[in-house]
Amino acid sequence: MAITRIIDRCRARLEDVEFGSVRDWKARHPGGKAVGCFPVYTPVEIIHAAGMLPVGLFGGGNTIELANADARFQSFVCSIAKTTLEMGFQGRLKLLDGTIFSSICDVARNLSSVMARNFPELQVEYIHHAQNMTSPAAVDYVESEFARIQRNMERLAGHPVSQEALASSLKTYNRIRGALRDLYRVRRESPHLISTVELYVLARSGTLVPPEEHLGELMEVLALLHARQDRPKDRVRVVIESAFCEQPPLDLLQVVEEAGCYIVDDDLLTGWRWYVEDVPEDLPPLRALAESYIRQSVYSSVRHDGPRSRTAGLVEKVRRAGAQAVIFMPAKFCEPALFDYPLFRLALEEANIPHLVIEFEEKMWTFERTRNELETFVESMLFD
Amino acid sequence: MATAIRVDKDRKYQSEVNDHSKRILTEYYDQLARAARQGEASGFLMISGNCVEILRAFDMHPVFPEVNALQLAIRKQSLPMILKAEQMGYSSDNCAYVKADIGMLMSGGYGPQGTAPSPSLVVCNYVGCNVYVKWFEHIAEFCQAPLFMLDIPFLREGDRPSQDDITYVVRQLQELIATCSRITGKPFDIDRLREVLAFSARAEEGWSRAKHRCKSRPAPFDAYFDSINMMGPINVLRGTREAAEFFDFAVEAFEALAVQGKGPLAEERFRTIVEGPPPYPYYRNFRNLFAAWGAVAVNSTYSTVGGLWEFGFRHDPRRPLESIAEQMVVENLTNRSLTARYQQIRRYVEDWAADALVIHSIKSCRLFSAGQGDMREYFTRELGVPTLLVESDLEDPRYYSEAQMKNRIDAFFEALEHKKFLAKG
Ligand code: SF4
Ligand code: SF4
Repeated sequence: MAITRIIDRCRARLEDVEFGSVRDWKARHPGGKAVGCFPVYTPVEIIHAAGMLPVGLFGGGNTIELANADARFQSFVCSIAKTTLEMGFQGRLKLLDGTIFSSICDVARNLSSVMARNFPELQVEYIHHAQNMTSPAAVDYVESEFARIQRNMERLAGHPVSQEALASSLKTYNRIRGALRDLYRVRRESPHLISTVELYVLARSGTLVPPEEHLGELMEVLALLHARQDRPKDRVRVVIESAFCEQPPLDLLQVVEEAGCYIVDDDLLTGWRWYVEDVPEDLPPLRALAESYIRQSVYSSVRHDGPRSRTAGLVEKVRRAGAQAVIFMPAKFCEPALFDYPLFRLALEEANIPHLVIEFEEKMWTFERTRNELETFVESMLFD
Repeated sequence: MATAIRVDKDRKYQSEVNDHSKRILTEYYDQLARAARQGEASGFLMISGNCVEILRAFDMHPVFPEVNALQLAIRKQSLPMILKAEQMGYSSDNCAYVKADIGMLMSGGYGPQGTAPSPSLVVCNYVGCNVYVKWFEHIAEFCQAPLFMLDIPFLREGDRPSQDDITYVVRQLQELIATCSRITGKPFDIDRLREVLAFSARAEEGWSRAKHRCKSRPAPFDAYFDSINMMGPINVLRGTREAAEFFDFAVEAFEALAVQGKGPLAEERFRTIVEGPPPYPYYRNFRNLFAAWGAVAVNSTYSTVGGLWEFGFRHDPRRPLESIAEQMVVENLTNRSLTARYQQIRRYVEDWAADALVIHSIKSCRLFSAGQGDMREYFTRELGVPTLLVESDLEDPRYYSEAQMKNRIDAFFEALEHKKFLAKG
């Protein structure tokens, strides 16, 4: 059926270690440049408005052997930092002209320096994302930071970016985020209609093509979903939390579903969905992005929340999704995720919401133990 | 040929400067304990690029959880606290400074019964380290105290901040001042702040002169191990008369030692630059391993986490908030990029005439350690500076292996000595 065909196409794109879709785009746009965006959040609108292709840079997963990167980063550093660097050493990032890192954690920050030093042909940018969410000065600051990124993207593109181009990019990405919100809603309300593996493949592969193409795929899937015939099963509704940067292996997500869970909300690819509402289209574009960053970003472990606390955010998310439990899925050694766990845990215990912790690495081959843990967890929930 | 000197394991490295430092820090702790009992206003701060001057202008007792953690480690009391935090769900891979401090907090470490007052205000000076944000979110949550998130833009392009960065910080400092005023019920007195800043500048000048003194051969003090004793006065007590006078005293003492040709060891055989924090739980053991080879640190990066004074920057009472902002954004190690740190070390190696670079990689502290392998590549391959990389932790005693550490250090200096010998021959 048609949805499966779209998903298969997306999956092939995602599993292509040579970034075939980016190469195609470059072939169709001679002189066009591609900019890798390290998770979590990048204002991709600015890259797109400069006529360049924003590309999700999520490390090498289990498709790369470390030959150089583990001599640069110690054993206690998350896998995404190492495999991203290794991709550079093995020439897999040659098709990128620039990359953008940001202040999500100490590792990502140092990684941006190491990348800049080892790959001088790559224009490496670093965004300092504001952490003060209450100061009136913060919106001005974020706007100035995005303006700086705009200047640097203009330099890379070799031409200025107009206000109109920015406004139009903003609209395009609003539509994408809106469509993703719709898809998340469908999965929340009728999780039997679209699995998380499908939704994830669809969303993630969208970070490898021009947004217009991605939007087309999302709309197509949305239109076809309601015609699906599947029946709801007796499963435990769970929320996945802490997988905001390094992404869990697809097989792990599949194991969660096979063990009897409906994943009804998650923070996968969170930065590509970032705003809880549309970015206002009636303000100067960078101002609008800055306002949205401060006032209507999703809560995240890599962003201080000011008066809105993440712990309350998680409990609310569980309630809104009608979920029964939380599965924490932090990448091994991911400090921001690991640090949030004690407070999350307290809040969940207070709210009587059970949870399970599953740490993962990119190079996970067997999932049997995890499957057992999950099945035990699910059983305890179903027969409670 | 290559030999290590026998070092008595209880050997004392103390000098009168270290004693003086201990004395004024003990007074500070006594004050904190008093303030805790009497419920006086206190502000929690992080060490890196801190703005302690603002708190002083309101007579708020500054409390540094990092120093609490450090003290626990040095007294070999950190492990039970770390374990306590791990029981609460903190991961074995989280920064152990935080875990030790939270463990202590949960054991009654702050408040009237503890050694430090509960925070009236938690000021998270987010200078470089993202763990700071977590740490202070947790303290604010557990102590039910107000949190002021002072966001410091990372020094991103080159080595100068933009005007937008400085303006952003100055505006937040103004808000911080209003908050302190509200909490203490005291009006803001700019002249008091200027006076505090003048004391800061005097201490900074002294610290900088002391460090430059280590260009002498032998260096009059070890700019890594002995620097720890000066980091209290410069980071914690900065802005007080006591700290300013301490540095006047220290400079005089070091000048005298330099004139007499005296250093911390009987013989200075190797001059090193040390990168990374020390293993506090095994501080003395670690020092002895270097002393055995006559290795003296002539400069170190760790001593600049709070501020980078030896390249000339001073707080300026005529530009109070701007100069505080500049220090927080530019003039400290933590808020600078890893590659900027390479350049800082390179300058140390050249200007302080060092023979080698020693990198102590800390499992807890990814701010320091993530990417240090690349640093080693840069120094050995590109600059030809002999570089030793060893690993342990600054707080968690479980990551220190004496035998392994000794082997690595001995092998490194043996090779270095051999090289020196060949060069002479
Ligand atoms: S996985 Fe976690 S620790 Fe690693 S780069 Fe991402 S946020 Fe940082
Ligand atoms: S990560 Fe490093 S700088 Fe940050 S709190 Fe821990 S020890 Fe300090």
